[in-house]
Amino acid sequence: MNAIPIELIHIVIAIALVAGFVGLNGLVLVWVERKVAGHVQRRPGPYEVGPNGLLQPLADAAKLVGKQLFTPDGSDKLVFWLAPIVSFLPVMPMFLPMPFSPFLTAMEVNVGLVLILAFAGLNILALCLAGWGSNNKYGLLGAGRAVAQGVAYEIPLLLSVLAVCFMTGSLSLTEIVAAQGNWPWQWNWIYQPIAFILYFTCGVAETNRAPFDLPEAESELVAGFHTEYSGMGFGLFFLAEYAEMIVVCGVATALFLGGWKGPGAAGAWWFLLKLYVLLVIMIWFRWTYPRTRFDQLLNLCWKWLLPLSILNLLVTALVIKL
Amino acid sequence: MNALKSFWKNIASLWSLIVGLQVTGKAFCGPQVTVHYPRQTVGPEGLEGFRGHMELVPSVKDPAIPKCISCMMCATSCPSKCLTVVKQKEPKPTEEQLKAMAEAEARGEKVKKLSAPKNPAQFIYDFSLCSFCNTCVENCPVGSIRFTTNVYFATTNKADLQMNLVERLAKQAASGKTVPGEKPKKAAKTETAQSEA
Repeated sequence: MNAIPIELIHIVIAIALVAGFVGLNGLVLVWVERKVAGHVQRRPGPYEVGPNGLLQPLADAAKLVGKQLFTPDGSDKLVFWLAPIVSFLPVMPMFLPMPFSPFLTAMEVNVGLVLILAFAGLNILALCLAGWGSNNKYGLLGAGRAVAQGVAYEIPLLLSVLAVCFMTGSLSLTEIVAAQGNWPWQWNWIYQPIAFILYFTCGVAETNRAPFDLPEAESELVAGFHTEYSGMGFGLFFLAEYAEMIVVCGVATALFLGGWKGPGAAGAWWFLLKLYVLLVIMIWFRWTYPRTRFDQLLNLCWKWLLPLSILNLLVTALVIKL
Repeated sequence: MNALKSFWKNIASLWSLIVGLQVTGKAFCGPQVTVHYPRQTVGPEGLEGFRGHMELVPSVKDPAIPKCISCMMCATSCPSKCLTVVKQKEPKPTEEQLKAMAEAEARGEKVKKLSAPKNPAQFIYDFSLCSFCNTCVENCPVGSIRFTTNVYFATTNKADLQMNLVERLAKQAASGKTVPGEKPKKAAKTETAQSEA
């Protein structure tokens, strides 16, 4: 009876839990996003379905599932339907090394950070496939933007993460969290404020969130790369975007904000609290800042974020060496 | 030196991002300005200045009769041609009056004909043509026409858009729903509008 290794069962359970977590969080975040949008615009947001509109995302999800899946004329069917799957599937492994608490880490990998960053890169491929397969000019333009933006912002993102890794000397998220103290002034954001700001900026850009949501700029490109997607095709992109937001904020929490550690009892609640604060800030950004122009977006990346992150990395390395 | 200056300028301008967050943050915490429609409705103070369909202003003496003097200023000035004012005819003189008139004529006096009442017989307003331009209100010399604040008007029948405003006013007076309180204010408003024009 030793045919099924215990590790495999562990991972299957973890992935099932992650799928549940991602789905549930998708619903919650849709609600939070719409509520924040409403209140920022001085209206109540969703209110009719359920108490305070809490069941609105469920109703939306049911609607999305019930819609016809439509493949546009002249599209590349395989690529077209592969794209949402390629967009959503890498989300699962990204949650595996996420250190919710010392006991609540799905898979203890000593290169957890690399795993997350590697799978995060796949999302750009998905957007590219989606735009290319749609046979739609808006889709293609959106995909082009997604690739240019994704590739550009990946670099300062990696460099700012690397600065923290230099400090800790580890690529394991659990170890990086363990190296930080219980109090806010013992967390990495005090030692690496520039890296934190750079990381968060790049994270917003990587997840295609406003003000960097150019691949799906509604006012210019209809819906960008997912213009032609209906029903759950769109739903998967949507879910993947929210899942990526959680990943970006989760990594930020682990790297810069002390992960599960906090004053008083350390535990997963601290991680979730910080995660949600960051997510709400991200949503707050969206309803505050106007969308950047594309040249501004790339100027910001190549002329500011990249040199700054390199400088930050060099200074970090120098300080560590001394 | 210039490059360094612009560098610092760029860094300093990051503050504007914080200002933006403050603005939306304040709006987030502040009170809401919309209402949950079926359960709540907008109060009269929220409807001030709303241009619903036109209505006639009742006269001071009789709330069933409009102030209107059938001068046709509104109908002639209306760019959408949505107003039709029908004047009243002079009433037929009774036997006695005819007699009196004949006698007066015989005496060589100037006979005064019976004059028609000034208020209109009919005042037809085509809501489907109206462009809510306020021109009729500005041109009315007696301040007899105004906008309602009826935001809930809806119909599936095009005939409902042809309104007989005189009838409407009479019905309102019969049910005691006329709102004569706004008259002086409205009149003052039209005067200022005219002086501006």
